[in-house]
Amino acid sequence: MRKAFPILGILTAIFLSYGLYLAMVVAPREQTMGDVQRIFYYHVPSAWTAFLLFFINFIASIQYLVRRNPVSDKVANWTIITLAVVCCIGSVVAAVVPDLKAALPQGTEPSAIGTTGVIIAIAYFVIRKYFNLEAVDALAVTTAEVGVVFCTVVLVTGPLWARPVWGIWWTWDVRLTSTLVLWLIYVSYLILRRFSSSGQTPVMAAALAVFGALDVPLVYFSIWIFRTQHPQPVIGGGGSIDPRMMHVLLMNWLAFLCFAYLVCWSRYRLEIIKREVEEAQALESLLEPRSVAR
Amino acid sequence: MNFLYAAYGATWAIHIVYLVTVYQRYSKLKQEVDELKKSR
Repeated sequence: MRKAFPILGILTAIFLSYGLYLAMVVAPREQTMGDVQRIFYYHVPSAWTAFLLFFINFIASIQYLVRRNPVSDKVANWTIITLAVVCCIGSVVAAVVPDLKAALPQGTEPSAIGTTGVIIAIAYFVIRKYFNLEAVDALAVTTAEVGVVFCTVVLVTGPLWARPVWGIWWTWDVRLTSTLVLWLIYVSYLILRRFSSSGQTPVMAAALAVFGALDVPLVYFSIWIFRTQHPQPVIGGGGSIDPRMMHVLLMNWLAFLCFAYLVCWSRYRLEIIKREVEEAQALESLLEPRSVAR
Repeated sequence: MNFLYAAYGATWAIHIVYLVTVYQRYSKLKQEVDELKKSR
């Protein structure tokens, strides 16, 4: 990865520049909002990236909690497999039974349930395979911190879009408030990790992260479930978007994903080195009194 | 257009500030590693 880092960095810079060019020049001008709608190409990909990072944090936190005990680890593995199977069966049943299909949020295909279950299972077992207990905790810290950065972008660009369109900077509707709560939960998580010196800090932080992640579906589905000031979904949920806008949106998301990956990798390395240094310092302080005694 | 530029500018300002803090933490850690090596 160290050798690939500069190449990935250059590729990411090219993607980001190209994404900016698409957003500013190629994307068509929205008829009602005008040019200010182009904030969409930074606001939405940042939100999706933050959600993805909080999802990884959620999986990593669960693993940190369950893998410390072999029995709970086994139970969690089988629970995840069962969840994926139930989701797949559920999607087939929902596709066949009209009443169940009607109960789903508007525009949601039944297959989305199965896909979600399978994605959760794949993410869980991939992280389990490549990260040991210590590394999974470092991954959780990394994704929480970078996720907060992306969530901050969402909370800053949102009001800058709302002011010229709605005439107000902020309103306490469900989407906006739940996003702010999500940000506050993960900021609390980072404060806990930064200032608590207890040996139980990673466990407490992991438990907080698991509860914090429950807010993510609320944020995402709030515009489906509640009547909000925030626009209704343009992707899924019965909404539609100009194909050129969709292309620009996805290109910018790809660019932000590459950027987030590089930032996460750097932050993860930093966390691993920090732990090694702390370990070495602790060892040093243990050895010092002995050398004095001799 | 001002709001658009402000939003794009704010996005990159947030990311750059964060990257600077990561770099600062890395420099500090590197210093600590050097001190540890010296003490051994």
